[in-house]
Amino acid sequence: MAVTFDQEAQQGLKLISPTLVYVLLLLAAPLLMVITFSFWTQDYLTIDTTPTFANYREAWGTPIYPVLMWRSLKISLIVTAVTVALAFPVAYFLSFHVTRRKALWLFLITVPFWTSYLLRVFLWKVILGYNGVLNSALLSIGIIDEPLTFILYNLNAVVITLAHAWAPFAILPIFVALERIDRSLLEAANDLGDGPFRRFFRITLPLAMPGIVAATLIVLIPTVGDFITPRLVGGTDGLMIANMIQIQMGKANNAPLGAALAVSSMLVIGVISAAIFLGGKKLGGRVR
Amino acid sequence: MRYLSARWLTVYAVTYMIFLYAPVILLPLFAFNTSTIVAFPLTGFTTEWFVGLWHTETLHVALWNSAKVAVSTALLSTLLGAFAARASARFAFPGKTGIVGLIMLPLVLPEIIIAVALLIMLNQLGLPLSLWTVVAGHVLICTPFSIAILSSAYRGLDRELEEASLDLGESRWGTFRRITLPLVLPGIISSLLITFTISLDEFIIAFFLTGTDVTLPVYIWSQLRFPAKLPSVMALGTILLALSILLLIVAEALRRRSAARQGIDTTLAGV
Amino acid sequence: MAENATRPMIAITDVVKKFGTFTALHGITADIAEGEFFSLLGPSGCGKTTLLRMLAGFEPPTGGTISIDGKDMSGIAANARPTNMVFQSYAIFPHLNVEENVGYGLKTRRMPKAQIKAEVDKVLALVDMANYGKRKAHELSGGQRQRVALARALVMRPKVILLDEPLSALDKKLRDQMQVELRALQRSIGITFILVTHDQEEALIMSDRIAVMFEGRIEQMDKPEGLYRHPVNKRVASFIGVMNFLPAVARDETQDTITLDIPSLGTTIIPRDRLGSSISVRDITTVGVRPEMLTLLFDANDTSEHEVEAEVVDSQYYGDMTYYGVRLRGQDAPVTISMRNTAGRSVAAPGSTVRVGWGAESIVVFRD
Repeated sequence: MAVTFDQEAQQGLKLISPTLVYVLLLLAAPLLMVITFSFWTQDYLTIDTTPTFANYREAWGTPIYPVLMWRSLKISLIVTAVTVALAFPVAYFLSFHVTRRKALWLFLITVPFWTSYLLRVFLWKVILGYNGVLNSALLSIGIIDEPLTFILYNLNAVVITLAHAWAPFAILPIFVALERIDRSLLEAANDLGDGPFRRFFRITLPLAMPGIVAATLIVLIPTVGDFITPRLVGGTDGLMIANMIQIQMGKANNAPLGAALAVSSMLVIGVISAAIFLGGKKLGGRVR
Repeated sequence: MRYLSARWLTVYAVTYMIFLYAPVILLPLFAFNTSTIVAFPLTGFTTEWFVGLWHTETLHVALWNSAKVAVSTALLSTLLGAFAARASARFAFPGKTGIVGLIMLPLVLPEIIIAVALLIMLNQLGLPLSLWTVVAGHVLICTPFSIAILSSAYRGLDRELEEASLDLGESRWGTFRRITLPLVLPGIISSLLITFTISLDEFIIAFFLTGTDVTLPVYIWSQLRFPAKLPSVMALGTILLALSILLLIVAEALRRRSAARQGIDTTLAGV
Repeated sequence: MAENATRPMIAITDVVKKFGTFTALHGITADIAEGEFFSLLGPSGCGKTTLLRMLAGFEPPTGGTISIDGKDMSGIAANARPTNMVFQSYAIFPHLNVEENVGYGLKTRRMPKAQIKAEVDKVLALVDMANYGKRKAHELSGGQRQRVALARALVMRPKVILLDEPLSALDKKLRDQMQVELRALQRSIGITFILVTHDQEEALIMSDRIAVMFEGRIEQMDKPEGLYRHPVNKRVASFIGVMNFLPAVARDETQDTITLDIPSLGTTIIPRDRLGSSISVRDITTVGVRPEMLTLLFDANDTSEHEVEAEVVDSQYYGDMTYYGVRLRGQDAPVTISMRNTAGRSVAAPGSTVRVGWGAESIVVFRD
């Protein structure tokens, strides 16, 4: 297959070269370095560059890391499932039940996200705390006698916080996919005798699947790498792999191990994302 | 058509919105509250926290740093994004999918990975951390957004429009000045504003790659340790929220106005 | 021919265009005279738009030369050529109003503002858009946008105006009207027009000469009547108008004439010069007859040079014309015969037997 560098190709490559060079130097090269690093070892401040699998053996062998990885995955998958599940009805509502001012609704949905992410996470800590807003409000109204403890410093808090944080990122792709569904398809199905339940599962859901997959991946991937939320509201149960990577890079002074952990997490996420993407393709895309 | 019946859905949607706005409402509520403890009941009205912010030197420095970083990021990522978006929209060249994929990769990488990777490389090269290293990281994650915004702007710029200008005798530079730039300008402004906002709020990369000069989010992170500082942080958050909303509204108004001038559909086509 | 004495406005010599390994144009040669309305006609993908864009200067030829007004255009960019183009999408600048659009090229030439206004007003009046100066593109209908695009090109007073399927986006009525208007306009201002179209009717109505193109080659270049009456092969014949094809063979020949055996119609003698140089008598396998060259003889008094009996299979009423499908003896597929619905003329019902009249004049000869 001959590669032609005709005039158009030359112009195109010239035009994209500044951006490409930037990305090669500052993204591709560092990522390669991370991978390379993961095969080296660090002893306090000296780095031994003999290639070895030692870090990976430690990352997959020492119980704490796989446990952490597994827990991160579990938490992330739960967060993703909850977030997307909660977001879907809102997207559906917007697409099918709001006729005027859809743009206004969308705007209103995004406004909370123009506050600092840090602050939002912290605000949930403030809301869910023992002496926090929720508890003090419920106490003063008299609904409860003692503050609730199950809502902070555990998985629940992480789920609530992140479901809130990622809401618009989950709503938007699903909304866009739902908007694209030709309404006449639903009318035709109605005409041919399908009830609303069947119409939903045979037409709406499959056709919205690309949007659902997009929402899932958009939420899942950053969540696995999040260390702020687990640190602030996750308690000891909520510690995730990203916190560990941060520690290795910083206090523990073991960048190669940190790198190996990072690469391992990326591989796992990559495999899972691919599985979700392919699964979405199988389940959706076409009317059933 | 309504298995999820309209009434229940509306209730759900409204409840969801309350859930979304709950933390946000708290900001101004407790920013004006006299107590240093963020809990009900409210104790009294005061503006002392806002006044305190005005006098906090370290905050001003962090704010100024963030502004510098955000402006640099906005300019650089919009410039790089413009090149890439035009190349991608107009030309076919070998390896295009791979190249564009690589440039857009930061969208699907957790920020911590990008931060760690850059940190390792900078350490290896012996380069010091500074605000510029933060800009470097921010540009990586902002350029894909710029490309997304500008790609749709370029797609609206029909190739035949530029050809018509040339056909009528105008030079390449003149065509760029009189046709391309005005038509792409709303997209450029949009890109500048959005990348500015992303950079302003970005914490993870700034946390890893900042030297002695901190940005605003890193500053906030350091303040969260101190319970007494909480109301000040609330006040700060309130200001930031108000500013962001203002910026958003201005951006949207600008976008609509220039789109109306060109008779482009300003409803949800393209959102 | 008088054209040899005066230099052609456009001289296209052996022009070849390749895109990678794909050859879009295989050696095109054509001369176009000043003031001519010349059309490039062909199905999509035949290369006509590529050729037009090469005239405009947007694509360089891979081989061959293009001269405009005697000057070789090799290496000359689009903005330096004495041509202006009306694009298929009209390419009206959306952020400028009609006046600014039309005056765009004049502003580049640094013409003084007052003079630009005068020129713009003049040309807008010419295309019947006199009061639309302050409108924006999105406030105009398709037909109005088309006129603005035309005005924008006209005001530049180029040597050549290139039109890329300018009427294809308009509805039928408007298209018909614009065809007549464009033609009249071109006649009155006398600029050379090159039109690209896939609509053969359009080409026939507007052009002084037409080049019919297929797959990157000019198949035939002639006046409209020449193309219609004497298409050089079956492909051109069926592309222009409707053509009935019937098997035939040459039975006999003399120095000036050829005797043709057409099984479904009969035998006839045609003059040899109708063959054209590329066909020899032995090659003849098919003849063609246009629908209007066959007649239904209703009255006993109606006569014709030759006649046969045939059966009417169906008919389609078009108001002023009726098109009959008629099955001739020995032919499975019916031929199309068109009859004008003059006052008092009968209508043949499907299933009835009719007499079909034809003459030697009607026959066009093909090789394959």
